[in-house]
Amino acid sequence: MTNPLAIYFHWPFCQSKCPYCDFNSHVWREIDQRAWRRALISELDFYAMQTQGRTVRSVYFGGGTPSLMPTKTVKALIEAIHNRWGLAACEEITLEANPSSSETLKFKALKEIGINRLSIGVQALNDDALTFLGRAHSSKEALEAIDRAANTFDKFSFDLMYGLPNQSIGSWRSALRRALSIANGHLSLYELTIEPGTEFFKHNIKGVTDKESANMFEMTRAMMADAGMPAYEVSNHAKPGHESRHNLNYWRGGDYLGIGPGAHGRITISNQCIATHQIHNPVRWLKKVSLIGHGTAKHRNLSPYERALELIMTGLRTREGIDMAYLEILTGLTRNRLINPSRLSHCIEAGFLKNSGNILTATEVGIIRLNSVLETLLVADTQYAGGATVETGQ
Amino acid sequence: MINGPSMNTDKKTDLCRIRNFAIIAHIDHGKSTLADRMIQTCGGLTEREMKQQVLDSMEIERERGITIKAQTVRLEFKAADGEIYILNLMDTPGHVDFTYEVSRSLAACEGSLLVVDATQGVEAQTLANVYLAIDNDHEIVPVLNKIDLPAAEPDRIKQQIEEVVGIDTDGAMQISAKTGRGVNAVLQRLVESLPAPTGNANAELKALLVDSWYDPYLGVMILVRVRDGILRKGMKVRMMATGAVYQIERVGYFTPKKMIVEQLNPGEMGFVTAAIKNVADTSVGDTITEEKRPARTPLAGFKPSVPVVFCGLFPTDTGQYDDLRDSLEKLHLNDASFHYEAESSAALGLGFRCGFLGLLHLEIIQERLEREFDLDLITTAPSVIYRIHMRSGDRRELHNPVDMPDPTEIEYIEEPWIKATVMVPDEFLGAVLQLCEERRGKQTELTYVGHRAMAVYRLPLNEVVFDFYDRLKSISRGYASFDYELEDYTSSELVKVSILVNEEPVEALSFIVHEKHAEPRGRIICEKLKGLIPRQLFKIAIQAAIGGKIIARATVGAMRKDVTAKCYGGDITRKKKLLEKQKRGKKRMRQFGNVEIPQTAFLAALKTSD
Repeated sequence: MTNPLAIYFHWPFCQSKCPYCDFNSHVWREIDQRAWRRALISELDFYAMQTQGRTVRSVYFGGGTPSLMPTKTVKALIEAIHNRWGLAACEEITLEANPSSSETLKFKALKEIGINRLSIGVQALNDDALTFLGRAHSSKEALEAIDRAANTFDKFSFDLMYGLPNQSIGSWRSALRRALSIANGHLSLYELTIEPGTEFFKHNIKGVTDKESANMFEMTRAMMADAGMPAYEVSNHAKPGHESRHNLNYWRGGDYLGIGPGAHGRITISNQCIATHQIHNPVRWLKKVSLIGHGTAKHRNLSPYERALELIMTGLRTREGIDMAYLEILTGLTRNRLINPSRLSHCIEAGFLKNSGNILTATEVGIIRLNSVLETLLVADTQYAGGATVETGQ
Repeated sequence: MINGPSMNTDKKTDLCRIRNFAIIAHIDHGKSTLADRMIQTCGGLTEREMKQQVLDSMEIERERGITIKAQTVRLEFKAADGEIYILNLMDTPGHVDFTYEVSRSLAACEGSLLVVDATQGVEAQTLANVYLAIDNDHEIVPVLNKIDLPAAEPDRIKQQIEEVVGIDTDGAMQISAKTGRGVNAVLQRLVESLPAPTGNANAELKALLVDSWYDPYLGVMILVRVRDGILRKGMKVRMMATGAVYQIERVGYFTPKKMIVEQLNPGEMGFVTAAIKNVADTSVGDTITEEKRPARTPLAGFKPSVPVVFCGLFPTDTGQYDDLRDSLEKLHLNDASFHYEAESSAALGLGFRCGFLGLLHLEIIQERLEREFDLDLITTAPSVIYRIHMRSGDRRELHNPVDMPDPTEIEYIEEPWIKATVMVPDEFLGAVLQLCEERRGKQTELTYVGHRAMAVYRLPLNEVVFDFYDRLKSISRGYASFDYELEDYTSSELVKVSILVNEEPVEALSFIVHEKHAEPRGRIICEKLKGLIPRQLFKIAIQAAIGGKIIARATVGAMRKDVTAKCYGGDITRKKKLLEKQKRGKKRMRQFGNVEIPQTAFLAALKTSD
């Protein structure tokens, strides 16, 4: 099997928990770095046995705050990949970093051990917003981090959030303008989403109104396109060539290993795609890995229709869309079995989707209401046989 | 009931030492408490067996403090003359919907206790039931209850009873069922004032079928009052109306425990069982006679009960349809007075069209289905029976707005009118009159007694089934009481209002209404739906229409933004799960043109409908 591979590492620790974050992140006073390094390598080994001979195309250190990882650990993991699969064809090794000064000082070292792309969690460029978002850094630190990243890496990105309570479209526009002036080639722009279980949710924080949210979304896309960094996914914008290879692999339905607590993976073996999910709780994950070598909580065979569902779901979020011919080959199902043709033409006529040749994409008006489009296309259909999910046993 | 049947040695009681009586009272005026106290006084139950209000055996009855099915209890009372008297108490429902059950209970007795709360006075339902008792030639003993309360005004209430009911209250008893004060005197009074039943033990058997219900241990039980002859265990009997013949298996009475005896004599009340499978086989009001020595003429029966209020009952979870059907069957075993038949609705799925004796009856059945059978139900707007006179000369009865013929084929429509009696404290009279006027009411009588007024109105029944009770309760802060009887059918300017979503009718929401109320009610429903239907990809038009004419409209705007911000590794699984969950919920989606609307929106529209 020669499917290329992407590898994701989850580092579940942060200096503090942000009030909007519902990710698997924890604040620990002490971390047994040696044990964690060993465990991550051990789990990587476990998956390496099942994917020998594959080509690793991208690696991603996410979290949590992976810039808090000892450089030694990052280095050990990159070396481990090099030893198991080789890194010759690996185009991108990204690490998520927070812009606090202590982390910024590590950028150079990270570059030296093989990190070639940085994704900086800036989130906002003014201190009031940063305080509201519970971020540990100041806007000054953020600018310094961006500056240092620009001087260190060929490729880097930073995240910003919009749609904060009472944020006006004007203030978002000027924030975006500033961001564009210091960006390199990639920006991730997320609307604040209040997720259940977060501090914001508990305190009933509300973002902007639906109308403002729609206006901001449209404005963002137009402005980024004008600046030569069009959206290549709902929230991701890049100059041509600066797109995140690793993330594109998710959205194209490629294989990826998920290493670390709570990480998800997709591995295709003999044409069967397996969804993997590691133990969520860091303590239990570590314990399990030290006992049996890996902390897999669940692995499940995905049915061809589930595969298709995932690919349609993520593919329509991207500018490149879905290649229906590829989807047919991947799933062994005809396109008319995958998507109800009358619903499809309905969405096309309404201007939400566009079909040219084998490529299906969401239009600008489609992408802004993509969840509803997907619902219409895939869910709200009582008769359609293709809608039946086949649960394949393991 | 409480325990299994026990045996009792047969004692034949002289007719002159039997008294059969009913208790007439408004809800909360203390009828059940008095009954309990009487049972206790006569030793029918030990202290340990006494539950509060033992007669109201259904959970709902106990909770709402009202009696639905009639119950009987045989009391043995040692009177002042030293003799033991048999007092048969018929506990009767107090609510307007169950007038029918009241009338048959009364037919089995010779007298009634009229129990009135000494702090409240006579209420509308009491009045109706007293008149029924008078019609049945009952000796009526007025009893003022709750005399122990500081707010009791026995003299004023006595005067009110005289003026409103028109009976002499000189000998009215003053009691407190709660403390037991005066209860013994009431029992003595029953012995002295009520006539003993008459009957001939040697004549052909004539027993009145008063009620029947399904007992999980004994099967169908029949409550009887023997007029003539003797009803014996093992006897072959014939139901005179249905012609059905059964062999009597058991004969007994309630103390309220079931006591098995060999026979029931003239003047006595009790129950029989006879391997009858279905309650529907026992026609209430029928006369039971002996197969080999039949009576020549039956006793005067009752008019059969007729449902007057109809509505659709649908399970919120379509998967519960079979459960609903089974539950309705089971309930019907015990209460043959409601009707049901399968109905299918585009918006709500499969359900049943049901007919009830009234709104309370509807509510009780719905509540029992939800509580005893653990079903989650939705009720469509209640409807009455309309008479449609067609141009072709045909006459149709319409129970369901769905079946309304094309208006062009209709000559005219008649609707049922009622005579409504409302009793209310002065201070709320203005609001009550206004409510009646709004509901197309025509005042026929207005009487003041003390600080209370009695208003009699002619009202269309369809205005009453439409939240009249609730409004009446709220505008009078619960102080108004209400009773009605069907009067006649009168031609009215009635129209069917259809609710359309994206130009397609949602039949479950259609309703029949007087022309002048059509537009405001249509608008209310359109606005309500607008608030309930979630925004979608396409805008959704909601309209109310009479035939082809749109009378109200509202629009649910199209969804402008609805997209998840982040979708990486783990998010993919999460988002897929969400889609699959929606897919499972798709059964609840109803298609209207190019949009699908969750069934929950329609359910909510019906649930909150006012």
